[in-house]
Amino acid sequence: MRGIVKSFGPVEVLKSVDMDIVAGEVHALAGENGAGKSTLMKVLQGVHPITSGTIEVAGQPVAIRTTADAERAGIGMVFQEFSLIPSMTVAQNIFLNREVRGKSGLVDDRAAEMAAREIFDGLGVTIDPKARVETLGTAYWQLVEIAKALAKNASVLVMDEPTASLAKHEVENLFELIDKLKSRGIAIVYISHRMDEIRRVADRITVLRDGRVVLAAGVAQLTAAEIIEAIIGRRLASDLVYRDRQLATDAPIVLEATDIGSGRVLKSVSLTIRAGEIVGLAGLMGSGRTEFARVVAGMDRPTRGTLSIDGKVVRFSTPIAAQQAGIALIPEDRRDQGLVLEHSVSENLALPVLDRVKSGAFLSMTKLRELTNQLVTRFGVKVADPYAPVSRLSGGNQQKVVVAKWINTRPRILVMDEPTSGVDIGTKTEILDIVREFASEGNAVLFISSELPELLAVADRIVVFREGRSDRELDRDDIASEEQLQLIIQGEAA
Amino acid sequence: MSSPTTATRPALISQAVTRFDWRSNVIYIAFVVVFILFAIFLSSDGFLSTNNMLNIVRQTATISIMAVAMTFVIATAEIDLSVGSIAGLASVVTAMATTQWGLLPGIVAGLLSGAVIGAINGGLVALLKVPSFLVTLGMLGLAAGLAQWITSSAPQPIGNTLYVQIFGGGDFGPIPGLLVWTVVAVAVGWIAMNRTSFGRRVLATGGNPTAAAYTGIRTARIKFTVLLLSGIAAAIAGMLYAGRLESGRFQWGQGDELTVIAAVILGGTSLFGGRGAIIGTLVGSLFMGLINNGLILAGLDVAQQSVVRGAIIIAAVALSRKK
Repeated sequence: MRGIVKSFGPVEVLKSVDMDIVAGEVHALAGENGAGKSTLMKVLQGVHPITSGTIEVAGQPVAIRTTADAERAGIGMVFQEFSLIPSMTVAQNIFLNREVRGKSGLVDDRAAEMAAREIFDGLGVTIDPKARVETLGTAYWQLVEIAKALAKNASVLVMDEPTASLAKHEVENLFELIDKLKSRGIAIVYISHRMDEIRRVADRITVLRDGRVVLAAGVAQLTAAEIIEAIIGRRLASDLVYRDRQLATDAPIVLEATDIGSGRVLKSVSLTIRAGEIVGLAGLMGSGRTEFARVVAGMDRPTRGTLSIDGKVVRFSTPIAAQQAGIALIPEDRRDQGLVLEHSVSENLALPVLDRVKSGAFLSMTKLRELTNQLVTRFGVKVADPYAPVSRLSGGNQQKVVVAKWINTRPRILVMDEPTSGVDIGTKTEILDIVREFASEGNAVLFISSELPELLAVADRIVVFREGRSDRELDRDDIASEEQLQLIIQGEAA
Repeated sequence: MSSPTTATRPALISQAVTRFDWRSNVIYIAFVVVFILFAIFLSSDGFLSTNNMLNIVRQTATISIMAVAMTFVIATAEIDLSVGSIAGLASVVTAMATTQWGLLPGIVAGLLSGAVIGAINGGLVALLKVPSFLVTLGMLGLAAGLAQWITSSAPQPIGNTLYVQIFGGGDFGPIPGLLVWTVVAVAVGWIAMNRTSFGRRVLATGGNPTAAAYTGIRTARIKFTVLLLSGIAAAIAGMLYAGRLESGRFQWGQGDELTVIAAVILGGTSLFGGRGAIIGTLVGSLFMGLINNGLILAGLDVAQQSVVRGAIIIAAVALSRKK
């Protein structure tokens, strides 16, 4: 790939990116969220056509405008979860839309199953081609996707965070499989945030930052610290600075989790939050951060451990029970989980407190208007018309609406899961200010984020999750730099 | 030497029993149970007579044919509420055209009426992305109104005996023509669903539209096609009504859409798409006919039949619900 430029409207997401992928190598692609990784891969996959630049496969320039073009060029994608039909069998999925036909012209499932078995034998894995995909575990879904790509004779396989939903031994199996694919001359683009994996499996690495290549080198010559530095870059001294709010160290404990476990991911988490404190939660994807938030907010029940609020053990069976206990969750995905997009700002704000805007049995328009005006002013939501659909607002302002909506329920404990994803820097600092102010009123905040600068700016203490456990607890003084924190999250630092 | 096989057989059987997915097979169990109950309690009313059995097949043929096509529609996670009205419209169109111009134009006109409405349904869903529920709900009223309008609410008798012979009135020796129609529809439907690329694309479109699109399947075209086929199948059902009852009437097929959808869902096809059980659909449709027949023999009046039928459908669907 040479000089790849991709713009969406006036915004250049990729600014002249070069990348060479050699047959039989594993090429890691790293970078922060928004650095352009996924855009680059969507370009390769034919979802977004490039604005300028060239893509060559085996020395021949190719035009990739559709997914079919990408397929013809031998580029195969291993998606996280979206490319299989759960209700169909493994073999039917592998040969979907290219069914094996018998002499009569009808689909011959048995031949497809044999062909699928051959592919799996070649990979050294045992999967029943007749099994319906929905009956298989996630690790097998991935293998089926790999087999599907191989059945189309892919010479380049793109894997996007392939280990995110895998257990430890499954990861090792995947790496062995990757080695096998390499020896067959298949090139693999390996997108990952995990330094240990990149160093275990990749031969070369390309790091993107702000749509440019900032590092392209062999992995063997690099240390984890060097790679992390390339990913983070020398940040400008920004508005994201920690402000010491002089917390009393003997403030009462508001939330205490002891040995909480739930489902497959969450193993054992213990942490405390004192009144007035903002505790940051850091960890890689799949480390159990969101799962823990769900338990605290009453959406999943813990299978072990106890949760107590103000020293009293609580067991929530529903999110409503958690809300009544004073917990508010600002969920990860505001469009799906945080807002009713087609409703107005005003309606969204009033939703959790409908009882408070009633007069008699009916909603009072006057009270609704008062509430809306008050919240819009207090939280600085930039909105032309509070009665227009919230979907018309920018991401940052939408998030402010979510924050306002929940803080207005007067919770004691606010759980925020990636509250600033897709939010511009200005709004980000405003949201952080809101969080600080909320905490200063004696409330507790659990702030989950994979963006370390903001985590460092807002958190009074940071708990690092690894593989479903609360692995380390760091005070402000324990953290020297963002790089060091990143190394701890990666499990690379002592 | 044979000891390993004999030793494992009980284990295999118990494994087969525990692995038997009775939720998705609940219709077969329900069918057998209800059949046995009726056989015991209604034997003196002639339930088990060959003639009564064939009657059930005759009465359900139109439902079965629409239900086979509806299985494809529901497997793509769409719905077609207009089938009953299309059947009524096709019955009057084919009757009027047969009387006016003769047998062949009559057949063509009947089929065409279903194809045109099916194509409009499919076009609106595929091109304009209007939900099929709304499109076909509108079409339900439109087609029924049209049928009533062009006939001025009058029945349209069919004098053409050959037409009546072909479409439902005739027998092949001891075998009723309607049974043949049912068998052909189920056979064609089963092969199309299970042994053709088209069937796979239908299931993929319903099972995971994003994945299907990434795999290069033109999901909009698939949706258009299944709705078109559903329209044509409904027209055939309407023509069979016209043949069996020797006239076209706008009332024929009225309300059938609910029976058809119930038969498909009872048969194990998922309302959320991705699964299409043609044989299950046939059994579901026969089950509906069985209940109707048994309740009539039991001497229940129309209102009581309706109540019992509704309760049985709810029970069966609740039992077959996926957890």
